[in-house]
Amino acid sequence: MSELNLKQASRKPEGLASGHRLCAGCAHSIVVRMILKATRGPTIATSATGCLEVATSIMPYSSWNIPWIHNAFENAAATASGIEAAWQAMRKKGKGPLAKYETLDVIAFAGDGGTYDIGLQALSGALERGHDFTYVLLDNEAYMNTGIQRSGGTPFAAATTTSPAGRVIPGKKEWKKPIDEIVIAHGIPYVATLNAAWPMDVMRKSRKAFEVDGPTFLHAFIGCPRGWRYPMEKTISLSRLATQTCMFPLYECTLEEGRPVYKLSGPSAAIARRPASKKPVEEYLMSQGRFQHLFRPEKRDDLLDSIQAWVDHNWEILLEKAGV
Amino acid sequence: MSTRKPGSKELPIGAVVTKSSMEYETGDWGVEKPQIDLEKCTQCTLCHYFCPEGAITVNDDGYPEVQNNYCKGCGICAEECPVKCIEMVRMK
Amino acid sequence: MSAKQILMGLNGDESVAYATKQVNPDIVAAYPITPQTIIVEKYSEYVADGEVDSEFVAVESEHSALSSCVGASAAGARAFTATAANGLALMWEITFIASGLRLPIVMAIVNRSVGGPINIHNDHSDSMGARDSGWIQIHCENSQEVYDASITAWRMAEHPDVLLPVMVCLDGFTLSHTMENVLTLPDKVVSDFVGEREFITVEGHMGETELRLNPEVPLTFGPVDLQDYYFEHKLHQIEAMKQAFKVIPEIDAEYAKVSGRSYDLLHPYRMEDAEVALLGLGSTMGTVRHTVDQLRDEGVKAGLVKMRVFRPFPSSELVDALKDIPAVGVLDKSLSLGAPGGPLYEETKAALYHLPKKPLIANYIHGLGGRDTGPQLIRGVFESLLEIKDKGEVGDPMNYVGARP
Ligand SMILES: Cc1ncc(C[n+]2csc(CCOP(=O)(O)OP(=O)(O)O)c2C)c(N)n1
Ligand code: SF4
Ligand code: SF4
Repeated sequence: MSELNLKQASRKPEGLASGHRLCAGCAHSIVVRMILKATRGPTIATSATGCLEVATSIMPYSSWNIPWIHNAFENAAATASGIEAAWQAMRKKGKGPLAKYETLDVIAFAGDGGTYDIGLQALSGALERGHDFTYVLLDNEAYMNTGIQRSGGTPFAAATTTSPAGRVIPGKKEWKKPIDEIVIAHGIPYVATLNAAWPMDVMRKSRKAFEVDGPTFLHAFIGCPRGWRYPMEKTISLSRLATQTCMFPLYECTLEEGRPVYKLSGPSAAIARRPASKKPVEEYLMSQGRFQHLFRPEKRDDLLDSIQAWVDHNWEILLEKAGV
Repeated sequence: MSTRKPGSKELPIGAVVTKSSMEYETGDWGVEKPQIDLEKCTQCTLCHYFCPEGAITVNDDGYPEVQNNYCKGCGICAEECPVKCIEMVRMK
Repeated sequence: MSAKQILMGLNGDESVAYATKQVNPDIVAAYPITPQTIIVEKYSEYVADGEVDSEFVAVESEHSALSSCVGASAAGARAFTATAANGLALMWEITFIASGLRLPIVMAIVNRSVGGPINIHNDHSDSMGARDSGWIQIHCENSQEVYDASITAWRMAEHPDVLLPVMVCLDGFTLSHTMENVLTLPDKVVSDFVGEREFITVEGHMGETELRLNPEVPLTFGPVDLQDYYFEHKLHQIEAMKQAFKVIPEIDAEYAKVSGRSYDLLHPYRMEDAEVALLGLGSTMGTVRHTVDQLRDEGVKAGLVKMRVFRPFPSSELVDALKDIPAVGVLDKSLSLGAPGGPLYEETKAALYHLPKKPLIANYIHGLGGRDTGPQLIRGVFESLLEIKDKGEVGDPMNYVGARP
């Protein structure tokens, strides 16, 4: 398989076809198209219930140019386990069309609901069993498919339909669950965060995830114009801002001699080198409807400060881990 | 276009899908379409990657081509083009 | 010509495990629960000792067990799992998906009460709770039947006209943990009998291909299936269940040739001139047969109808077996709380409804939570049926036998 570069990969056939019904400006298909461009060859994917699954498979139409199955909401990792085990068994027995493949990229796509919450058990089990598959968390920070309800991945203070910004309670009361740390604690060989604003980084990390033997985990930031209430053309610029503010840092974590080794990726490494280039989180929050109650009718400096403190704190911890 | 839907005997067993979504054109979702100034275009291909619809393909010469029948008019391509050679224009 | 067979001492769970070892499915994904545990343990041993080359997926829950089977089966593998009670309840969501996606998974159900309060012993509340999920259900009377069904189930599930998952049901403890003599076939005979999984060809969105996940011609399994297509896909499953009526006896007949043991959807016993008869499922049928023999010796015209295949429900065979019997008792080992009666009773009544002259019919709920159903209790049921027959009316059809009022 050739080296990946933007020009070559732009001519690679799409894994996800046009004609899907994601909202205009949704980041799901942007990221999934990039990830599928990074596959090595034979691929089978499964999706948990959620926006991506619904919008790409409405009978009688499918956007999947690769073999794909939707099973249920909480079991993407278990479904992928079965697919991977089937491939291993077929190879062992020399039986059926999968037997001939030296590599098979088995991918499980799931939203934050399908990962942080209802699917966490199946994910943990599959990671612990060590299946050779790649789990992609498509994190749009709420249950969007059912109408923007909060999840364990929803950030603090974000307004959702089950954590509304009320007169007494200003949006979600809890902080975002540290899902990457939970996954890394399983001792799996590769974990990385992805941001659509950096296509080469997304494809390089995806390729790496496919190449590494054993379970790998990609945490993709998915801008959702509908649920976050921002103009649809801003999906990429807002995603970029998430990394530039260190709200969503980009890094990889590999396992070396049994220890997690963190490495910051391009844009985050640049901030580490030039801390002054780190943008204030306010800039990121301000542009989204889900955080409007932090600015109007009056500015909630208390909450904004605590969000900034949370971001700074996590960023510092990450810098320590990355040995910066 | 026929509206008659297949009966159960015409549908494949296993509830598998029968058509590619390429047959489901989403070009009428939006009101604006991108217009690319190919003179200015540097062939960076970023618009191809950022388009959620896969509606910007890259032709043999390395230039982007917009597939208006799928473009939902989100405007990401115009917003992100590094040399600002894409403009959103109102159709009809 | 039936093959030379080896007599083994096996309990019900071991019979499942041994037969499945001979079938050697591609993947086994299962999670332990009493009284099914022996199956998972035995199979793990087979894997550890290299006696099978199945992939054993030691999942973290039953939900993931069946979910993995769905993934594997869609990828073209033979996938097996086993569970009981709460485990099946946890799988419930996926039982519908496995059937709806037409995946020929085989699952042993070691019947146990679902509770609560929690109870580990036998009744049929677990498999009855999944009766509408689109699985074929075979109920076994003894370990021999368990062994045989654990082989034939694959052929039924994978038959191109059927393509439905199969539950092989055996009573917890009574069968699962009780050693019996089981005649087993040589490995080669079993593997020849089950052969390789067959695949039908479908026309998917990227062309014609076998119904499996295959990168050469991709298919989309499990789409969003709304008002405009879902119902037609349900018609497919209805048709598959109809086809199963035809296919199951064919496969049983083929199996009889190699094993010398023949099975039917229903097994009537001493029914020719019976005046009172009991209908039921599973291991209790052995006790009923014994009691029927005793009563016959005493001059009572008693009979028995054992239902082996509960899904698809063999209505016309049932009508043939029961139509001329003056009084019929239906043994249900589960409740349908708030319903007029137990599930087997309700469905039997529905099957007989069209007859101009119907048997008198009463429901005997028994054995809940593992309460023993001995010959004395069955004798009492027959006595109650004789009374109904003599009176010519049923009175209150609901009887909870073996429970302290
Ligand atoms: C067991 C179960 N519970 C609830 C649902 C309803 N449901 C479907 S999708 C969904 C939310 C999906 O959220 P997420 O995983 O974040 O994906 P998104 O739609 O945001 O991409 C919910 C609650 C379901 N399908 N299954
Ligand atoms: S609701 Fe959000 S995540 Fe879902 S399709 Fe729309 S933009 Fe995408
Ligand atoms: S406007 Fe949006 S959908 Fe249309 S080509 Fe540009 S990025 Fe694609």
